[in-house]
Amino acid sequence: MSYELSHLRELEAESIHIMREVAAEFENPALMFSGGKDSIVMLRLAEKAFSPAKIPYPVLHIDTGHNFKEVIDFRDRRTAEVGARLIVASVQDTIDQGRVAEETGARASRNRLQTTTLLDAIEEHRFDALFGGARRDEEKARAKERVYSFRDDFGQWDPKAQRPELWNLYNGRIKMGEHIRVFPISNWTELDIWQYIADDKVDIPSIYFAHQRRVFERDGMLLAENDFVERMEGEEVFEETVRYRTVGDITITGAVESAADTVDKIIEEVAATRQTERGATRADDRVSEAAMEDRKKEGYF
Amino acid sequence: MSEILRFATAGSVDDGKSTLIGRLLYDTKSIFEDQMEAVEKTSEKMGSEYVNLALLTDGLRAEREQGITIDVAYRYFATPKRKFIIADTPGHIQYTRNMVTGASTADVALILVDARNGVIEQSRRHSFIASLLRIPHIVVCVNKMDLVDYDEEAFNRVRDEFRDFAMRLDVPDLSFIPVSALVGDNVVDKSDNMPWYDGSPLLSHLETIHTASDRNMVDVRFPVQYVIRPMSDEYHDYRGYAGTVAGGVLKPGDDVVVLPSGFESTIKSIDTLEGTVDEAFAPMAVTVRLNDEIDISRGDMICRPNNQPVVTQDVDAMICWMDETQALSPRKKYAIKHTTRAGRVMVKDINYRLDINTLHRDEDATEIKLNEIGRISFRSTLPLFIDEYRRNRETGSFVLIDEASNATVAAGMILGESAG
Repeated sequence: MSYELSHLRELEAESIHIMREVAAEFENPALMFSGGKDSIVMLRLAEKAFSPAKIPYPVLHIDTGHNFKEVIDFRDRRTAEVGARLIVASVQDTIDQGRVAEETGARASRNRLQTTTLLDAIEEHRFDALFGGARRDEEKARAKERVYSFRDDFGQWDPKAQRPELWNLYNGRIKMGEHIRVFPISNWTELDIWQYIADDKVDIPSIYFAHQRRVFERDGMLLAENDFVERMEGEEVFEETVRYRTVGDITITGAVESAADTVDKIIEEVAATRQTERGATRADDRVSEAAMEDRKKEGYF
Repeated sequence: MSEILRFATAGSVDDGKSTLIGRLLYDTKSIFEDQMEAVEKTSEKMGSEYVNLALLTDGLRAEREQGITIDVAYRYFATPKRKFIIADTPGHIQYTRNMVTGASTADVALILVDARNGVIEQSRRHSFIASLLRIPHIVVCVNKMDLVDYDEEAFNRVRDEFRDFAMRLDVPDLSFIPVSALVGDNVVDKSDNMPWYDGSPLLSHLETIHTASDRNMVDVRFPVQYVIRPMSDEYHDYRGYAGTVAGGVLKPGDDVVVLPSGFESTIKSIDTLEGTVDEAFAPMAVTVRLNDEIDISRGDMICRPNNQPVVTQDVDAMICWMDETQALSPRKKYAIKHTTRAGRVMVKDINYRLDINTLHRDEDATEIKLNEIGRISFRSTLPLFIDEYRRNRETGSFVLIDEASNATVAAGMILGESAG
């Protein structure tokens, strides 16, 4: 018997340790679930961490209303399967309450608005810890973020005042009104996620696999034809075989041309790709060099 | 299947650390086109004549603006043999706490020495931190060999000087590689410029370092993290102790003792969602069930009756102080986190403060300030189940937390029980 774990099993153990630590030390945690592959793996890890008991915290979805239908169906099915309580916080409600104003024009998105919805949900439900599926390989501001990311009363991240994080000893002490964002899959890469999905036969929404879709091109990305985006002049819709590398709002998530219709083919594609997933498919990170850092400081994930 | 290697690097702007990491990432195809484009664009904007690979690792706006690394950044790359996690830390003395943080989980410390300058203060400091944090393997890259005409003598000089100094430290595995990060000599491919060097280039060295035996496989330590009680019809009487193995090998049927109660039992099964396992070892996260119903809660420790950690309230330890607002001094009280156990401690005594450049011990020190390292003793309100840090990194480490600010103020490495 060799006393070595494969890299996936070591990553899994680290994540499970973090998820149990939060369950033990916080009063009112919740698991953020977007229906994307990272949050799906995170939900799977939570299932493993507490088996045979149910996951001892609810699942929170920030619903922008600009979703892929396949993803919402998947969310409902999967949370029912694991027996978790699903809390949906809706950006539309936040708009209707006059807390934020809808952006207008062809480039309007609700990406930025969801921060307010999230912070409102945290306050309403008095969450003291929120699990997020962010990975450090995704983006350079995230590469600097702790597993336990301290947020003040306003949900803000202060990159210069992060708590040192050593060994597997996490400091979850907070005052009333503050909370911790917890990133249990910080050390996973995109390829690790896919290998794990293959290894563990994790179910994922169909839009990750190659399919026919009506799309149009904008800023070098293929956006899905949908009811929420006004097309600009010259943006013609055409049919293409595509798949999604990330799942965000339908208004800002680009598809990639791909014929990969199985997990194994996706792994081959990911291993050979020369673009980061956010660079290739997310309009929200293209705004500036520090787009992610700025949004995180405001309370975004 | 590959295993994970975690390595820590420390360095400042000029010693080629960023270039070396950039090269490892670039040559293993771990830098993507859009990342490279962004770096090229920013370099140009900042008026740099060459593509500044440091921009790949400096993620925060303030770091890019000031051209310095402030915090620990984690980088990832993989080869068919292994997955690598780099904890990339700044090298200046004012960032000692960041170095300590990066070193706490590392299997390997990568230390760069400029072949022209030899072993300087900074190399000594980094080596000391690596040995203090018990990083089992130190790889010294003697860099900028291209600037000393790939001279074997120059390499040998640095190596001998480093060895002399390292004899004062406790380093289980020390190796030396002559490289030029800029040109790529001995980083990924073996260099033709140094036929006299018969060792491996850096990447194959990292791919083959044997780390499995670095973990403690002898002393069974299972800190109980969370008690699983499903309270469902199907699992009505299920009571499992979830945790991460911190040492040794657990098997069903093993005799165990639970601390602090001292009650003994045997392991009934070791459970995971996929079913039971025959053995559990570090760092597996499992759920242990026992054959007897005893009262066990978070913070308790399961171990073998004939091999137990020291149970004590009086601890002797090295600490690195991490708080900028207040210093550590005797009689102060802090919260402690040790394994899954949380309590409070009072500092009894500062034994000495260490000058991390000269290793001089100042026994008259009355406080330990930000980025300083010292030996202290403290008394804990609860008994702790401790091992010497050099024997077990998990049961030998702790953090101190300021109870007013909630800041993590110290990292601690246990030396043993102190006189009460």
